[in-house]
Amino acid sequence: MSVDTRQRKAERIRHLLETEGDSVHKNTQVFNNGRYESTADLEDYEELKDEARAIKEDAIERLPELVKQVTETVEANGGTVYIADDAADANRYVTEVADGRDVVKSKSMTSEEIEVNESLEASGSDVWETDLAEFVLQVADEAPSHIVAPAIHKSREEIAELFNAYFEPEKPLETAQELTQFAREYLGEKFVDAEVGMTGANFVTADTGTLALVTSEGNARKCVQATDTHVAVAGVEKIIPRVEDLQPFVELIGRSGTGQDITSYVSLFTPPGDSPTFDVDDELGSGDEREFHLVLIDNGRMEMREDDQLRETLYCIRCSACANSCANFQHVGGHAFGGETYSGGIATGWEAGVHGADSAAEFNDLCTGCSRCVNQCPVNIDIPWINTVVRDRINRGKDGDLDFLVKGLTPDEEPGGVDLQKRLFGNFDTLAKLGSAFAPLSNWVAQAGPARSLMERTLGVDSRRELPEFERESLVEWFKNRGPQVDPEEARRQVALYPDAYTNYVRTERGKAAIRVLEALDVRVDVPSAGESGRAPLSQGMVATAQSNAEDVYDALAPAVAAGHDVVVVEPSDLAMFHREYERLLPKDNYTVLKNHSYEVLEYVYGLLENGADINALPDGDDMQIAYHSHCQQRTLNLEPYTLAVLEDCGFDVRTSDVECCGMAGSFGYKSEYYELSIDVGETLVDQFTTENTADRTVVASGTSCLEQLDALLTRRPAHPVRLLDT
Amino acid sequence: MSAEPITTFESSLEEVGVELVRTSTDQFESTLIPLLSTPAVGAPLPFENVSLPDAVETDPGVEELEAAKTGVTAAGYGIAEYGSVIIQGGPDGEEPASLYADEHVAVVAGSDVLPDMDATFDRLAEDIRSDAGQAIIATGPSATADMGALVKGAHGPVEVTVVLLEDR
Ligand code: SF4
Repeated sequence: MSVDTRQRKAERIRHLLETEGDSVHKNTQVFNNGRYESTADLEDYEELKDEARAIKEDAIERLPELVKQVTETVEANGGTVYIADDAADANRYVTEVADGRDVVKSKSMTSEEIEVNESLEASGSDVWETDLAEFVLQVADEAPSHIVAPAIHKSREEIAELFNAYFEPEKPLETAQELTQFAREYLGEKFVDAEVGMTGANFVTADTGTLALVTSEGNARKCVQATDTHVAVAGVEKIIPRVEDLQPFVELIGRSGTGQDITSYVSLFTPPGDSPTFDVDDELGSGDEREFHLVLIDNGRMEMREDDQLRETLYCIRCSACANSCANFQHVGGHAFGGETYSGGIATGWEAGVHGADSAAEFNDLCTGCSRCVNQCPVNIDIPWINTVVRDRINRGKDGDLDFLVKGLTPDEEPGGVDLQKRLFGNFDTLAKLGSAFAPLSNWVAQAGPARSLMERTLGVDSRRELPEFERESLVEWFKNRGPQVDPEEARRQVALYPDAYTNYVRTERGKAAIRVLEALDVRVDVPSAGESGRAPLSQGMVATAQSNAEDVYDALAPAVAAGHDVVVVEPSDLAMFHREYERLLPKDNYTVLKNHSYEVLEYVYGLLENGADINALPDGDDMQIAYHSHCQQRTLNLEPYTLAVLEDCGFDVRTSDVECCGMAGSFGYKSEYYELSIDVGETLVDQFTTENTADRTVVASGTSCLEQLDALLTRRPAHPVRLLDT
Repeated sequence: MSAEPITTFESSLEEVGVELVRTSTDQFESTLIPLLSTPAVGAPLPFENVSLPDAVETDPGVEELEAAKTGVTAAGYGIAEYGSVIIQGGPDGEEPASLYADEHVAVVAGSDVLPDMDATFDRLAEDIRSDAGQAIIATGPSATADMGALVKGAHGPVEVTVVLLEDR
C-alpha cells in the first residue's frame, strides 16, 4: 500500500470520526448493552442459538430442494416465484411487474444490494422508502451505515436540519416526535397513492410460503395492505424448511439486534393476503385480487454455498450483533467499512460473495480479530475467521515483488502480493528474535527519528506509537540458565509455560512473574522453546504462515502434553489461538489435545487454589485498589472471571472495564492509517479508568496490546495481573 | 386455563406499556365504551354474544381510517411470556383497523392466552397450514428510534390496550 493510500484512508477515518462517530457510538452502545441485557433473560439462550444454527445449516444444505418446494407452495397459494440470477435479472423482473406504477417499500438490504430503486425510477415509477431511517437516507441521498438501523450515523439535529431544508414545513421541525409525525403524514399519502408494495423478508418458509418480517414501525404492514401488488425481494438463503423453525429466530433476532426481547411487529404473511386494500376512489375495497411476486435473489449465493469458507455467511440472519459489538464499528460506523451494500461485522463475507473480493477489500482490515462478535452471533458464525479468509484471498489476489527491505525479515509461506506492512507484522517472531539479539542497539536504532520516518513511509508504522523494546535476554534463555525450581517428585502439577513472542522477547517480566507464582504454588514449571503461535500472521490474513507456525508450536508443546503436563499461557490472544483458530489449522486430534490441556495463567492459578493449593503462598492484596481490563479474546473464552476471582480472593479490591476492546489489537494500532481510530477506541477505555472511582487505582491488563495501549494513554504504568501475585 | 399465564401476560404487557383490561361476555360492551375515543373503527368480533357498539365503524373508507382515534379488533391469541397479541387479518379488515388508528384495542379470549413462543408456534403452524393468510405478532405500540430518539407511534398505533374476555 502506498503512503498516499494510507493517508487517504487515515483522512477518511478522521473525517468519519468527526462527523458520524458520536451518533454511531451513542446508538450502537444502546443496541450493544440492550443485547447483553435481553439475552441474559433467556434461560435457553445457548440452546436457541444451537437450534437456529442447525436449522440454517440444514436449510443451506438442502437449498435447491427448498427453492423448489417454496416455488410450488407459493404458486399453489396463488402467487408467483421468480429466481433471479443476479441484480440485473431481478431488476428487470421487478420493473416489469411494477410497470411504471408507484411503489412503497419497506426496509430491505437485499433491495439495496440489487439497487432496485434506481431501476424502478428509470422505468417511470415513483419509489418511496417508508421505513423512517431509509426515508431519511432517501431524502439525504446517502447510503446505509448499519444493516438494521441504516441512519444510525445521523443525529436528531441533523435530521431536523435536513427535513427543514428539504420540505420547508411551515413550522420548523425539532423533536424526534415532530419529525416522526411529519414523516408519517407525508408517507401516509404515498401509501394511499401507491399500487405496488415492496418488502424484503427475514425468513421464507418452504412448507407454507410464509414470509416473516421483523419490524417495529408498521410500515411493512401498510406496504402490503395498502397496495394491490405485493413484491417481496429476498436472498435465496432466507428460506427455512417449516413454520415451526421460525420460533428460535423470532426469540433471538430482536434481542441480538437492537436488544429488544421482540420487535413491535413480527409479521407472518402467507401471500397473497386478502386484507381490504385502498381503491382508487379512496374506499377500502376487496383484497381478493391482490397479486404476489416472490423474487428470490441468487446473485452469488449459490456459489457461496459451494465455498467451504464463505458458506457460513449464508447462515447470517442480519441481526447486526456483530457490528454492534465491534469496537471499531462503534467508533466510526458502517461508512468506514467500505463495501457496496453491507458494512461491518459479517459484511466482508457478504460483499465478497455478492459483489466480489474487491468490494470487501478496502477496509477489511478494520476487523482486528478481537472476536467479541463471536459469542454474540445468534447462529454461531465465526465472523473473524470469514474476515481472515477474505483478507487472505485479497492478499493472494495481488501480485507483487518482495521488497528488499523486509525480505530477510519475512520467511513466510505467502505469495509475493502480500502488502509489506502485513508481512512485517505477520512475521513478528522473526523481527522479535532479531530485535532481541541486537538489543539494546536495535531498540535505539528503531526508535531513532530517521528509522521511524523510513518505517512510516515504507511500512506504514505510525511514528506516534512507541515501538516495543526488545530484551537482550529472552525468557527462554533466562529460564535455561536458571532451571526449574520445584522437584518433580514434590510438585503438585507439572506445566510447560508457553513463551509467546511478546513474553519471550519484550515483556519477559510477566513471564518470570508467572513462573514464580506457579512455583510458589508448588508447580514445576518448564519453558520449552516454542515459536510464535500464528496469531500475528493470521491477523494479517496470512493463513498459510499461521498454519505452519501452529504446526511448529504443536510440535514444541506436544512432548509436555504427552507426559501429562499442562500448558500455561500468559498472552490471551495466543491461548485463543490454541482454543479457537487451531481447530482450523491443526489436525483435529492435535487441536483437541492441546485445547484440553492449555490454560490462561490466572485461570490455572484459580484451578490450583480450588484444588487445595495454599492461597497464603501468594501475597495479601490488603485491599489494594485495582482497575482491571480483561482482554477481548480472553472474554470471548469466558476467562475474565478467573482473574477477577483470584485477585479478589487474594484481597485486592478490583474494578473492571466493560469496553469490547482496547483498540490496539495487535498490529492494528501501529498502522498509520488506523492510528487515530485506535486511539479513539482506546479513549473509551481510558474514560472508564479515569473516573472518580478508578483514577487512582493501579491498572492491570492481561493482554500485551491492552498494556501497550494503556501505557500510551495513561500516566500510570499498567502491568499484567500476575505481577500482583509475585513476591 | 390456569390463572398463571394471565398473570404473566398482564405483567409482560405492562412492561411493553400495554394496559390489560379484564372483562366478561356480559360486561364487554360496558367495559369497551369508556375505552373508545371517537371516531372509532373496527372489525367484527368472532366471539359469540360479543359485538361491537354502533359507535365503531366496521366499514370505514380511507379518510375514516386515517382519522380514527381507536381501532377495535379481535386478536387470535396472546403470548404470556412476551406480552404479544396475534393479529390475524382477513377480508373483514382487522389489519387496517388495527394499524391506522392512534390506539389499537385488541380483544382476546382468556383461553387463548398461550404461555410462550413454543406453544404459539405450534398453534401458528396449525393456523397457517389451514389457510390463515396473516398473523402479526404485535408487541406494544409501533415505535421507531430512527429520528434520533425513541418515539412511540411510528406508522402504526401510539397506544395499545388489551381487553381480556375472562370467561371465553
Ligand atoms: S453474522 Fe451473526 S451476528 Fe452478524 S449479522 Fe449475521 S447473524 Fe447477526
